[in-house]
Amino acid sequence: MLYRENGQFKTGYAEDQQIFPIRQDRIVILVLVAVAFLAVPLLANEYLLRAILIPFLILSLAALGLNVLVGYCGQISLGTGAFMAVGAYAAYNLQVRIDGTPLLVSLLFGGFCATVAGVVFGIPSLRIKGLYLAVATLAAQFFFDWAFLRIKWFTNYAASGSVAVADLSAFGLPVVTPVQKYLFCLSIVALCALLVKNLVRGHVGREWMAIRDMDVAAAVIGIRPVYAKLSAFAVSSFIVGIAGAMWGFVYLGSWEPSAFSIDRSFQLLFMVIIGGLGSIMGSFFGAAFIVVLPIVLDRLLPALGAGVGLHVDTATVSHVVLMIYGSLIVFFLIVEPHGLARLWSMGKEKLRLWPFPH
Amino acid sequence: MGPFLETLLGGLMTGMLYSLIALGFVLIFKASGVFNFAQGAMVLFAALAMARFSEWISRGIGVPAGGWAANLLAFAVAMAIMVAVAWLIEKLVLGKLVNQEGITLLMATLGIAYFLDGFGQTLFGSDIYKIDVGLPKDPLFLFENTFQGGVLVNKEELYAAAIAAALVALLALFFQKTTTGRALRAVADDHQAAQSIGIPLNRIWVIVWSVAGFVALVAGIIWGSKLGVQFSLSLVALKALPVVILGGLTSVPGAIIGGLIIGVGEKLSEIYIGPMLGGGIEIWFAYVMALFFLLVRPQGLFGEKIIDRV
Repeated sequence: MLYRENGQFKTGYAEDQQIFPIRQDRIVILVLVAVAFLAVPLLANEYLLRAILIPFLILSLAALGLNVLVGYCGQISLGTGAFMAVGAYAAYNLQVRIDGTPLLVSLLFGGFCATVAGVVFGIPSLRIKGLYLAVATLAAQFFFDWAFLRIKWFTNYAASGSVAVADLSAFGLPVVTPVQKYLFCLSIVALCALLVKNLVRGHVGREWMAIRDMDVAAAVIGIRPVYAKLSAFAVSSFIVGIAGAMWGFVYLGSWEPSAFSIDRSFQLLFMVIIGGLGSIMGSFFGAAFIVVLPIVLDRLLPALGAGVGLHVDTATVSHVVLMIYGSLIVFFLIVEPHGLARLWSMGKEKLRLWPFPH
Repeated sequence: MGPFLETLLGGLMTGMLYSLIALGFVLIFKASGVFNFAQGAMVLFAALAMARFSEWISRGIGVPAGGWAANLLAFAVAMAIMVAVAWLIEKLVLGKLVNQEGITLLMATLGIAYFLDGFGQTLFGSDIYKIDVGLPKDPLFLFENTFQGGVLVNKEELYAAAIAAALVALLALFFQKTTTGRALRAVADDHQAAQSIGIPLNRIWVIVWSVAGFVALVAGIIWGSKLGVQFSLSLVALKALPVVILGGLTSVPGAIIGGLIIGVGEKLSEIYIGPMLGGGIEIWFAYVMALFFLLVRPQGLFGEKIIDRV
């Protein structure tokens, strides 16, 4: 009754090709954006912003980047953490070595360096496929882990191996308090999401999807696998690199190479798969799930233990969190292998018929 | 010449141990098409079970710790646990995910890996435990007459390599000569054809995961007596990944030879190239080496040829 597209006639190409062709979708998205930009900063407290919303936004950006590669182009990567690290350290080096570089320029430079790294490590994908490629991308992960730990130039010869940035600002506005950081992240995430959305519905995105569905057939109908695969690696690593730079600059403030370890790569892959492969909405769902779950478990378990009269120490909690985390992932894969995005689209289908199911 | 041979031998022995873990990957991939990321967690879990039960049993019935009775009993118990784990994995996870894509299955095994890591440490504790199965620790000198100073070999590694070789031979016999082994190979070749001639897929999967559990247990005991049983054992398995892709995901001899190549390459590079790059290149060298091999042979050294059809 509320969500139905009948009666909405399109009279021009622009109307036909807009991102959300259904009016109700447009309204929902506008409301969502308005809430995110206006209501959340007013209502949310500092803890919520700093511990949940900012990591959620940055990780959804990284998941979005990974989704371009895995979900749209079908190339599995286990080296996402490394590309985040490249972005973070490249941005850091520009910031440190050229005084007064604007934050945005640093972030873009981080994205650019990650793009170069991504394309270089994407070259094997022209010959290797599937699980072989997945393991081959681990080479990137271990190589960069090592490089940022051992090559002191990257960390500006910091004695402890950890690097730090402070006093961020963008366009003359400070990015220091949680609210400012949140708005900064939100703007970049919104821009990137728009960029990706437009890319995947254009000819580039169609090429990616053709390669994903069957690369030989795509090559036969005239899509160049080289361009399609490498452009997917480039776009994906660019976004992942920006996300990495933001993770270092905005969320962590000071970081070590272990912030971008292989666990981060797995975590991002989980987000993409649990959220839904080949779905922009899915990247956000997946990130929300993976960010919130450990926080909830961390708080719930000691309380639960106290409830039944058991004292649960932190080591046990962390192990039990691992167990629950693992089993929930398996559970989700069994119940909905196409991810949370599928549930979302099923919900929309149901809503179209509601309240008359026939 | 002496130091070079020493490094070479050391590399071969480490490589044998990598092969042992890689073998677990290959067995499961062949029989069920699952790339089992949980192999490392299984090694840790099995080693933890072995170490703790050996301790508990020796305390419970009063036999000396590290003696053969305690170790044998602990081995039996740990093996029983690994079979139970295999059965549960088949029942609760893989059975429900039949016909899903490779990446979904890969993620499921990652979930299993997290679960086993957490479960093992909740159940058995998270300190460093030691396994003592009587492997000798003293060094051995070879070719003392041929070279100045001879070649130093760790006796423990020698035994470990012998055990690994024996295990591989045993598995080869099992696969080639027994009815179950034949059924396993049939399933590996073609699931549907195997099912259509009456091979029970579910039971085969339980058997394969149990065999992988057995391999994990042996690997866990050897690595555990070398390094101590601790969480980092689960990361050793990451070293086995380049071995698997180098040798080919579907080839048992590939796992062995890949392991040897990686082991030797890693040690030699650490000694001869490492100092130029600042050391510690062992971590990524294996992967980069595997990557270059793959650029020449995308299916690995012994993998089945990949044929694309539209």
